[in-house]
Amino acid sequence: MRFRPADHPARERRAEERARRLLRNAAGQEALEMYERFGFLSVEDAERGYGYLIYPQRPIVGYDARNGELLSEYCVRFRDRSEREAGERLPDADDVLAKWMALRADERGLLGTANVHPLGRQLDPEMVRRDLEALRQWQRC
Amino acid sequence: MKLLRMTPGHGDVLIAEGDPAVAEDEERLVREFRRQLDLGMWAAVPHEGAAGRREATMVRDFSEIPPQAERVIFFPKAAGG
Repeated sequence: MRFRPADHPARERRAEERARRLLRNAAGQEALEMYERFGFLSVEDAERGYGYLIYPQRPIVGYDARNGELLSEYCVRFRDRSEREAGERLPDADDVLAKWMALRADERGLLGTANVHPLGRQLDPEMVRRDLEALRQWQRC
Repeated sequence: MKLLRMTPGHGDVLIAEGDPAVAEDEERLVREFRRQLDLGMWAAVPHEGAAGRREATMVRDFSEIPPQAERVIFFPKAAGG
């Protein structure tokens, strides 16, 4: 029988709390605040002029950091099939941290494994634009 | 040094801990490190980079882990979604 998170809400909540602690320890307090406030992380390379929004269990979105233009969806998954009863998905905060570490450490390698689609395949472009604008405002404060 | 593995339903799990400067600990850490990679995991070391920016480095061999690293995080290999 396939595991669904709703089957074990208390366990999933504990796992997410634990994953958030790891996110803070690995990516820093600001990353945790961003994740808790917006539900995603961003990685931006100002020198190269682009960045990524990292959503849990959803595609990574590339964007032009100079003008906010959204570029592509990069679909990657981190599935663990070692414990059937626990399901395959990492907790959301672990999923974004895994993407964050892989992007930081080996951007080309991670994106090379991704299925690349125009924006809108899985994520609503208007939602992503609002997310990016909200992030910008928060970062300016 | 702690070796942690992200897991569904649990979050990170401590799979080994020890001082790499102690031969017995190092042997155990190396063994567990290799086992996780054999299971198909990726390994990353989070660290502080220039100007305090948080960074991460992927490691494919125990010898690549910086000596001052506090933790190595294992997570499943990425696949196209």
